[in-house]
Amino acid sequence: MLGLSEILFYFFGGMAVVSAVAMITRENPVASALWLIMTFFSLAAIYTLLGAYFIGIIQILVYAGAIMVLFLFVIMLLNLGNEYEPDIRGKTWLAMGAGSGLVLLGLLARMFSGETAPLGRQAGPRALANHVADVGVVNVIGLPLYRDYMVSLQATAILLLIACIGAVVLAKRKF
Amino acid sequence: MIAQTLPANAGLYLSAILFAIGVAGVMIRRNAIILFMCIELMLNAANLAFVWFSPFAGVQGQVFVFFVIAVAAAEAAVGLAIILAVFRHKETVNINEFSLLRF
Repeated sequence: MLGLSEILFYFFGGMAVVSAVAMITRENPVASALWLIMTFFSLAAIYTLLGAYFIGIIQILVYAGAIMVLFLFVIMLLNLGNEYEPDIRGKTWLAMGAGSGLVLLGLLARMFSGETAPLGRQAGPRALANHVADVGVVNVIGLPLYRDYMVSLQATAILLLIACIGAVVLAKRKF
Repeated sequence: MIAQTLPANAGLYLSAILFAIGVAGVMIRRNAIILFMCIELMLNAANLAFVWFSPFAGVQGQVFVFFVIAVAAAEAAVGLAIILAVFRHKETVNINEFSLLRF
C-alpha cells in the first residue's frame, strides 16, 4: 500500500535524478545552475519526508539560498551566461564518463543491496518521529551538536572564518 | 508526515544514482564552474545517505550532514574565488587551458 508520503518520495526522487541529468547535459552554465537548484529543492523535500526537518530547511537556506546564489553570481560576473562555448567533451570522454558512472553505480548498488537496517538500538522512522516529537525539531540536531560535538562545531566556525578571509584574499585584484 | 513504508534501501539507491551522475558530470564537462557544481551534487548524495541512515543508526547522521553543509559552503567560497583569480589570468574557465602544472 503506497501512502502519500511514499508517492511524494518517489516523485521527488525522480525529479532529483532528472534534474541532475539535465544539469550535466545543459551547455549554458546558467541553465545548469538552475537545474542544480531544482535538484537541491527535491533533496530538501526528500529530507523532510525522511523526518530530517531541520536539515531540509538548512538545505534550502544554505544550498539553494546561499551557495547557488554564489555560483550564479560568479557565472554572471564572468559573463559566462551568454556566448558560452560548448564545453561537453567528445565521444571518447562521454563513453568514459558514462562507463565510470555506471561502474560506480554498480559497485554502490552492490554494497547497498545487502542487509543494512536496523543498525542500532532505536530503529525505524517511527522511533525517529517519536524522538522528534519528544525533544523538538531543532533540538534533535542541537542537543548532540552542543553536547557531543562541541569541538567540531568550533572547528567548523574557525574553518568558515578562514574560508571567508581566504576568499577575500584570493579574489582581491592586487596583493 | 514521515515516509514509513519505503523499501529498505530506496534512499541509498537514489544516493548512489546521484553520486554516479556527479562523477559522470565531472568526467564529461570542461567548464570549471560546472565541475564545482557536480562536486556539490556528490556531497548532496552523501548527505542523502547520512539522512537515510539516521532513523536506524541515531541522529548523529543529521549532525554530520550539518557539518558537511558547512564545509561545502566554505569550499564553494574558496573554490569560486580561485576560479575568479584564474579567470583574471587566462580569461577562460575551460580546464583544458589550465595546463601549467600538467605534463
